[in-house]
Amino acid sequence: MSGKATREAYGEAILELGKENPNIYVVDADIGKSCKTVPFFEQLPHQHVNVGIAEQNAAGVAAGLATTGKIPFVTTYAVFGSMRMVEQIRQEICYPKQNVKIACSHGGFTPANDGASHQCIEDMGILRTIPNMTVIMPADFYSAKKLVHAAASYDGPVYLRFTRDPVPFVYDETSEFEIGKAFQLKDGSDIAIIANGDIMSKAIEAAEELESKGISVRLLDMHTIKPLDIKAVQRCIAEIGKIITVEDHNILNGLGSAVCEVVAEAGKGVVKRIGVQDKFGESAPYEYLMGINGITIENIVASAEELMK
Amino acid sequence: MNKDEKIDFLKEKAKELRKTLLTMIHRAQSGHPGGSLSASDFMTALYFDEINVRPDEPTWEDRDRVVLSKGHVCPVLYSCLALRGFFPYDTIYTLRKQGSILQGHPDMKVCPGVDISTGSLGQGLSTAVGMAIVAKRDGKSYRVFCIVGDGESQEGQIWEAVMSAVKYKLDNLIIYVDNNNLQNDNTCDIVMPTGDLRAKYGAFGCEAFKINGHKMEEIVDILNVIRGSTNGLPKVIVGKTVKGKGVSFMENVVMWHGVAPNDEQFEQALAEVEGGF
Repeated sequence: MSGKATREAYGEAILELGKENPNIYVVDADIGKSCKTVPFFEQLPHQHVNVGIAEQNAAGVAAGLATTGKIPFVTTYAVFGSMRMVEQIRQEICYPKQNVKIACSHGGFTPANDGASHQCIEDMGILRTIPNMTVIMPADFYSAKKLVHAAASYDGPVYLRFTRDPVPFVYDETSEFEIGKAFQLKDGSDIAIIANGDIMSKAIEAAEELESKGISVRLLDMHTIKPLDIKAVQRCIAEIGKIITVEDHNILNGLGSAVCEVVAEAGKGVVKRIGVQDKFGESAPYEYLMGINGITIENIVASAEELMK
Repeated sequence: MNKDEKIDFLKEKAKELRKTLLTMIHRAQSGHPGGSLSASDFMTALYFDEINVRPDEPTWEDRDRVVLSKGHVCPVLYSCLALRGFFPYDTIYTLRKQGSILQGHPDMKVCPGVDISTGSLGQGLSTAVGMAIVAKRDGKSYRVFCIVGDGESQEGQIWEAVMSAVKYKLDNLIIYVDNNNLQNDNTCDIVMPTGDLRAKYGAFGCEAFKINGHKMEEIVDILNVIRGSTNGLPKVIVGKTVKGKGVSFMENVVMWHGVAPNDEQFEQALAEVEGGF
């Protein structure tokens, strides 16, 4: 399967947006090269600020820019964008509901050989608990481009999470995405798989394998975990009842937890969560890190078969 | 108004400001009088002489911005806004009450004239930098005034923000450091010495001045000096101040950081403020 890193999609989308709208700003914190904002800086220097290695200030400067009507995209790695600057995001961006986007590369285990310090497995859960915040992880290059555009059009804080390394293409340029609305990749009646981000291709392959074994799968790309597409989850509960969630994120507080909240309140349905087993990673191949956490095609298939018993 | 008349006018306004902020804190029986009183003279000069704002059009895009980075002293800001007519004066009696536009710390979404929500120390200055960058980029003449505490200068983010202000040559940014040498737990010297703040901000590349923050003549003079500056250097005015200034029993007393006066103390405070210093 061919693919591309979703940070590349961000770099392309932000340049397109900046050219269309002079109010679009990028606030970098010295990792613009890694986060693919160099063309933006080179072509639109008057819409670019680089505060250096000072993430807290990056968030604050962006908040100040937003008070004047600018639409800043603070650009950094997920570990810094979700934790080093999280109180600044809360106080100056989310509390006043300012139109600031936090655009982060290096989500989940995608910076595999960088080791645990750079592998962000907590971010979506942390950001999800802050009022007024929208939290998104696109599954591939094409959906990332569309969702960056959608975030720019939405008036309010958005956290966007991208991959360092290439992930397989799932969509094409004609696919359309809406913030807060699950994309149904496939319909089925025995098992619902709700997934997001870089593991989507594994979910697709697992669904295909299950189909070949006679198990009918509904597959949802839940790119937005907040606001969660509650109706889509409720339909899975009512029409299927058995749900598997898959994410490159700690098993706590991310997609799986968000889905479980809906299921628990519905009082019926069963969920099996697949994700990072509440432990840090290490410098290792991506597939190894996925494997030791059970984020594999085999485990998705086995979990589905278990639920079907 | 000649200069002497202006100074007299501002001194009277400063009394009115102090009485207003004491009244709202007394009524709320909650709030931060010490740092509000230490910042009162500079804030008076800003709101009654220096800045270009429109109370009937609080979001006017060319207005000068005021960022109260030490957001807990919002009674001084709310008093300026009330006395300038951003909202009806009687609103001051709703400080810290449910549903009030005068939240315990400034909320830009509900209070006219508040340019940014603050309350978590160290953060306001970064937002002021963002506002000042836009003025430079978009060819606007507005300036951004940011009120920072000396204790607040212990936050690392302050120095991140100062570096970015210097990098982007923000001579339209004026940082006022309310140097009263007291913070929540004790004096700054004991909790975490901030040293010579004029020298520190200067070493980061700002054009830094030191004044007596309670001498209206010195405040007006320094604002005259820096007005219209195009030298590319962010401005820092370190105002040497006394926490609780104007109320004898509050002056230099750590406890009055965040405690409201009782009825008797309030009456005495008003009388002392009226008497002047």
